[in-house]
Amino acid sequence: MTDYLLLLISTVLVNNFVLVQFLGLCPFMGVSSRTETAIGMSFATIFVMTLASLLSYLVTTYLLVPLNLEYLTTMSFILVIAVVVQFTEMVVHKTSASLYRLLGIFLPLITTNCAVLGVALLNLRLQHNFFESIIYGFGASVGFSLVLVIFSAMREKLTNADVPTPFKGAAIAMITAGLMSLAFMGFTGLVKL
Amino acid sequence: MNILLAIAVLGSIAALFGALLGFASIRFKVDADPIVEQLDALLPQTQCGQCGYPGCKPYAQAVADGEAINKCAPGGEDTIKKIADLMGVEVLPLDDNHETDNRPKVAFIIEEDCIGCTKCIQACPVDAILGAAKQMHTIIIDECTGCDLCVAPCPVDCIEMRVLPETIQNWQWDLTNIPVKQLD
Repeated sequence: MTDYLLLLISTVLVNNFVLVQFLGLCPFMGVSSRTETAIGMSFATIFVMTLASLLSYLVTTYLLVPLNLEYLTTMSFILVIAVVVQFTEMVVHKTSASLYRLLGIFLPLITTNCAVLGVALLNLRLQHNFFESIIYGFGASVGFSLVLVIFSAMREKLTNADVPTPFKGAAIAMITAGLMSLAFMGFTGLVKL
Repeated sequence: MNILLAIAVLGSIAALFGALLGFASIRFKVDADPIVEQLDALLPQTQCGQCGYPGCKPYAQAVADGEAINKCAPGGEDTIKKIADLMGVEVLPLDDNHETDNRPKVAFIIEEDCIGCTKCIQACPVDAILGAAKQMHTIIIDECTGCDLCVAPCPVDCIEMRVLPETIQNWQWDLTNIPVKQLD
């Protein structure tokens, strides 16, 4: 139990996917200009990542490994992720039209969010078992969401701030992201696994 | 042999997922885009066409498809702000093609100059112009939405837009103009 909790904390804070491992930077920069959108994106990503890491674990363990087809992992993971994303898109479209509108192009773009494929492949490399895989996927997406929401809140404040002209727009966002990354490095050594 | 197995495995995964998505697309079918209805409700329904679309519903559809949100002159700033909230985009100032003065206006026909050509009657989307061929026309002020579509077709330029005089009947509280300061 403690192991799972430690794994969760380590993926959320210490090995944060965005700020420490630099995965999933595209949605991190793209969807963070409004907090509302960022929260919507976070929920979609949490759902997709957790489900994708679960399914990709099942596909590797019960299909690819017994049949000696490990070299197909990347391909089948992409298939799994694409399906989960499509499915999520349909459900979101049905249940919340305004969220669907807010997320716009970024919802199908979760497919190409490298953090999602990263989670599936890292699960394999770190030889996680079933529950560890789910927790790792969940933790990674919670970490992603945490950082995304914090970052978008900061960017909303920044739009009102008096920023020197050369730093306006993307430049100040990049600097902010860099400073956040530095801050998250402070978590190194919090959890030893 | 191995390669055939690989093809079979990937193929069957793909077929399985395809079936799942096919089922989902039927189960979670969305009939019409509900956002269009919501946008349409925000628009002022003058059907004036100043946005470049034949009416409010087509403009609502266009906004839902990504058209600029700042083209509704009769709606003015208020409507733009509401649309921006609904669509989750930034508030924009009204399009440059439209004058920013959005005080309520009505068309006015300078009756001495009217030649009775009926061109403005055909242009009016709300049938607010009274008249017949070779007869002087006039505007029913209560019906006019101030869309200024009748101004352009008039061959003798006898139609102008006049600001409605403020009366007790149409005067509105303009609470947003009263500065309110939040004290800490």
